[in-house]
Amino acid sequence: MAALCRRFTGFHFLLVLVSLSISSLVFGDWIGDDEGEQFTEELLLKPLPDRKVLAHFHFQSTAHPSPDSGHHHHLFPKAIAQLVQKFQIRDLELSFTQGRWNYENWGGSDPISSTNAKPPGVELWATFNVPVVEIDTTWKNLTHALSGLFCSSINFLESSTSYTTPSFVFGLNVSNIRYGALPREAVCTENLTPWLKLLPCRDKAGLATLLDRPSIYKGYYHSQKLRLTSTKLSGIILEQTLTIVLQPNIQRNSAHSLLDGAIQPSWSISSMFKRNLTGSCVLARTSRILVELEKNIVSKLEELGHGGSWSNSLLDLSPNPFRVIKEVNPFPEESNSILFEYVNSKEYEPLDVGIKWKLPFVWSSPHAPFHASRFLMGSGTERGSIAISLQSTKSDEYFRSKSNECRMQAVVFQVVPWYVKVYYHTLQIFIDQKLQNLSDVIEKIRVTPSEDKKLPGTLELVLGYPCTVQSVALTLDFDKGFLHIHEYPPDANQGFDIPSALVTFPNLHSSRIYIGDDSSVHSPLLLKFQEKNVVLSYTEVLLVPFTTPDFSMPYNVITFTCTVLALYFGSLLNVLRRRIGEEERLMRSKDATKRGLIPLIVSKITSKLRGMPRSKPLLIFAVVLSVLFHYIVN
Amino acid sequence: MAGIRGYWTLAAAAIAFRILLLFCLPKDFHLGSHPEITTPLTSLRRRTSPVACSWRKVTGSSRRPCRPTQVSPFPRVPTGERAELVRCIMAPLCYCQFSGPLVLKDLKGDLLISTADFITATLIRATGKKLMLSRYKHLQILNLSKLVETSGFVDSGDFAALMYLWNPMTIVICIGSSTSPIDNLMVVMAIYGACSRIPPLAAFGWVFAVHLSLYPVILIVPIILLLGYGLDAPPSKSFLLKNSYARKNSTLAKIQVNSGTSSQTDKAINHFSWIPVLHFALWVSVWLGYVLFLSSISLKGIGSITEMFRKTYGFILTVEDLSPNIGLLWYFFAEVFDFFRNFFLIVFHVNILFVILPLAIRLKHRPCFLAFVYIAISSMLKSYPSLADSTLYLSLVTLFSNELADMQFSFFLFCGYIAVSLFSPVMHNLWIWRGTGNANFYYATGLAYACLQTILVVESVGSMLKHDRLLRKTVEAEH
Repeated sequence: MAALCRRFTGFHFLLVLVSLSISSLVFGDWIGDDEGEQFTEELLLKPLPDRKVLAHFHFQSTAHPSPDSGHHHHLFPKAIAQLVQKFQIRDLELSFTQGRWNYENWGGSDPISSTNAKPPGVELWATFNVPVVEIDTTWKNLTHALSGLFCSSINFLESSTSYTTPSFVFGLNVSNIRYGALPREAVCTENLTPWLKLLPCRDKAGLATLLDRPSIYKGYYHSQKLRLTSTKLSGIILEQTLTIVLQPNIQRNSAHSLLDGAIQPSWSISSMFKRNLTGSCVLARTSRILVELEKNIVSKLEELGHGGSWSNSLLDLSPNPFRVIKEVNPFPEESNSILFEYVNSKEYEPLDVGIKWKLPFVWSSPHAPFHASRFLMGSGTERGSIAISLQSTKSDEYFRSKSNECRMQAVVFQVVPWYVKVYYHTLQIFIDQKLQNLSDVIEKIRVTPSEDKKLPGTLELVLGYPCTVQSVALTLDFDKGFLHIHEYPPDANQGFDIPSALVTFPNLHSSRIYIGDDSSVHSPLLLKFQEKNVVLSYTEVLLVPFTTPDFSMPYNVITFTCTVLALYFGSLLNVLRRRIGEEERLMRSKDATKRGLIPLIVSKITSKLRGMPRSKPLLIFAVVLSVLFHYIVN
Repeated sequence: MAGIRGYWTLAAAAIAFRILLLFCLPKDFHLGSHPEITTPLTSLRRRTSPVACSWRKVTGSSRRPCRPTQVSPFPRVPTGERAELVRCIMAPLCYCQFSGPLVLKDLKGDLLISTADFITATLIRATGKKLMLSRYKHLQILNLSKLVETSGFVDSGDFAALMYLWNPMTIVICIGSSTSPIDNLMVVMAIYGACSRIPPLAAFGWVFAVHLSLYPVILIVPIILLLGYGLDAPPSKSFLLKNSYARKNSTLAKIQVNSGTSSQTDKAINHFSWIPVLHFALWVSVWLGYVLFLSSISLKGIGSITEMFRKTYGFILTVEDLSPNIGLLWYFFAEVFDFFRNFFLIVFHVNILFVILPLAIRLKHRPCFLAFVYIAISSMLKSYPSLADSTLYLSLVTLFSNELADMQFSFFLFCGYIAVSLFSPVMHNLWIWRGTGNANFYYATGLAYACLQTILVVESVGSMLKHDRLLRKTVEAEH
């Protein structure tokens, strides 16, 4: 009877579950639209000047705060919602990057480069809504949670030597921000899979189906980013972006076979990703593809007399776009970039967006006013110097605004691990190769010197200099520390990585204004582009070669050192203990009864033998013989 | 018994030579980065870094800023700062030392260090003169002036002072912008103050030596012995022997009036006098209070005194910095398993502490020599040794050149010191700069150096004890 009862309740439960799931399926759409759980997917494609193509995937999920939603979510990933709830995250940005963003060729001042160009490895920063004393523990727990969530070693950011508290670099003058970077973290599919799991359709439908692992990891740059913003008003916004730079296969164009070398390679989605795009993720509110032509291409098109057309003598955009969105520029005499919009809605016919170039054409991407790079100086493994140089890119945009009063601001943020012992008093700043008085150039500075095995050294610096300057260089001397053998990474002779420095230009913004089209407002990607983001660039990761001890020596070193100590202690005590007078007296008294060692032993043995029974010596003799025999045989 | 002729010209020449070198050497001649010359504790460069940052804040004077002043202050500088730095900020010595904003560039600091060398040498010379006089007096009392004439009487004070001034290692250290000459000066000042029974000076030297580097704390034993018993003397047993022989003679010969000699020997047997020791204790507390007061002033708003102790003495005791030096501990603690780290830290420091008592018992009649032995032992086993420590004890050992005349292995030791001081930079260069050698090469020179020091200490103690026995035997033989 009891079993029957149990079966009945089980069946009943199943029934309830099924009915619930059906109702959620039926009303899912409605809930998703109205209650504010939204998901959008967008893809931006952009030809780059060095024959490559940028693909920028933007997935955005939002969960509006509502009292009745509670712990249940329809679209929004539950793992992230729990994360936000548990650690009271206000802002979080986590990026996994492989390769280095090429600021010269791929642009330095457009919204993509200033928000999605990330340093190699892992970078994580977060602000919390918790009291100041709890921030460090919250951060540590967060790193562990994230490393579990993304199958990576973010938990290395837990130790106080690897994260820091920037004060003004991120624009937020707050004490509840923590920043950490792992430059040597390798990024691969095991990080992408959990990232895709956060999408409602995973990579089974919609734009994410394009993410064919071999073709995206073959690219030149690969950065997957997760950005979380949580406020009481708007709820949680989760932006997942994947920025990749791919080299399209060169499709032979018979008509221009002679020009094939100079002509830009033509590409399409299917040729680049080796996948076809059929249909959108049904849960996505919008699913669209944008193709961006930079303003330098557009100006060329305008020269040729067909501005804004997608099929002209220079290039062919293969399916006709749904809409053309134009940027509005504050300088009307200049041409602006153009976005061609495609709506990904057809279920059965693949949407194969592509560009076919017809004429050879060279253009350049918009640069940041100064190109930041960082390098090491000095030889040997004892000391060296770090140099950060800012080279003017002479981009015309800033030459135009050039005047005598024009003053450029640059914020340098650099975190150096404690074992690179930077002497901050050796800071020297050269402007156009001339050594400057520090107080003339530095507007604001904040230095946190490193503390051995506790804190990394942090340098935050606001430089102010005239816009006409050609080059700015900072140098800092450092000594290389020596570590315990267990603190060296597995391949110690390779050296240590110093995370990228961040250079931002706070009075330059990379925002774009698009012609007030209502539909463009609904595109989260375009909204993102319209945000006022500071132009920034990351420098290279530095590889600092370090001296290594002999890793095979611990036992030898312990024994040698202890031997020397024993030698010292023993001989010193012996000298102190010795009574030469006593010894001499003893020797004198012994002299009378002095006997050699061998006679002494012989006499002892004979005296012993004499006291033994007859059979014993024979037995001993036999044992000795057998042992000897054993040894000889062996 | 005459001193070395032209001592002052030689001393002046040594100082002039230093100044000449300071002026002639190119600015980018990085002597200060050699591990034999500077340690994390004595490197001017490492000290300058935080001082430069917090200098303005600490002193509040109108010196040239090393950082823009309108800048936000450095809220975390001292708390997150390397150990020796805070210590340096507060030391009044450092105040004068860092009177130039960045001393490294200025010559002021180097000149100060040369002056410190000169004062050290003068104090060593004065100590030597005192030691020599006391030795002469005691030997006369024991009727052993004959011994003096046969063995010859070298003016050890002059020798030791010149040994200090003209030792190539001292010269190199002086121009290598290391602060260890000041540490040495404080140690010598303490010993001189105790020798000449000036408790304030002894207390000053001792307190500041302890303040600058922890290890001279064990010198309190010889200082108290010096203040209590007076200068080095042959063991009291020989005086007693002499006394008893004299009495026996007097009773045998029935000579009535010979009490003069016996009373003289009685006087020579030093009895412990508490008054200078109490004075010393009083002055130690005064100077300690002074140092702590200065520290608390300079640490105001930066940190607490306990934090300072943790970051200075803690840094010394726990061997946090594993950069190579001529000692053994850096490599040991770089290699040893973390689990045993604390155990070995205790073992190494106990090795210094355990020999204090036996040495004090055996050598209590020779407190000055005891001080030398302590300095030698601590410079061998200290966590961040440099050649500067060896220059001090090498010049102190020459103070006892008369007593240690029949020391064994002295030529071997001489060659060994030369070999180590030549090999050590070579091996360091091979390892760090060329990359052709490895750490074991450099560690091997460290091992050899430790062995040499062991031999020096053991042999000198042994021959000093032998010398005392010889004195007693000659006293016995005379009667």
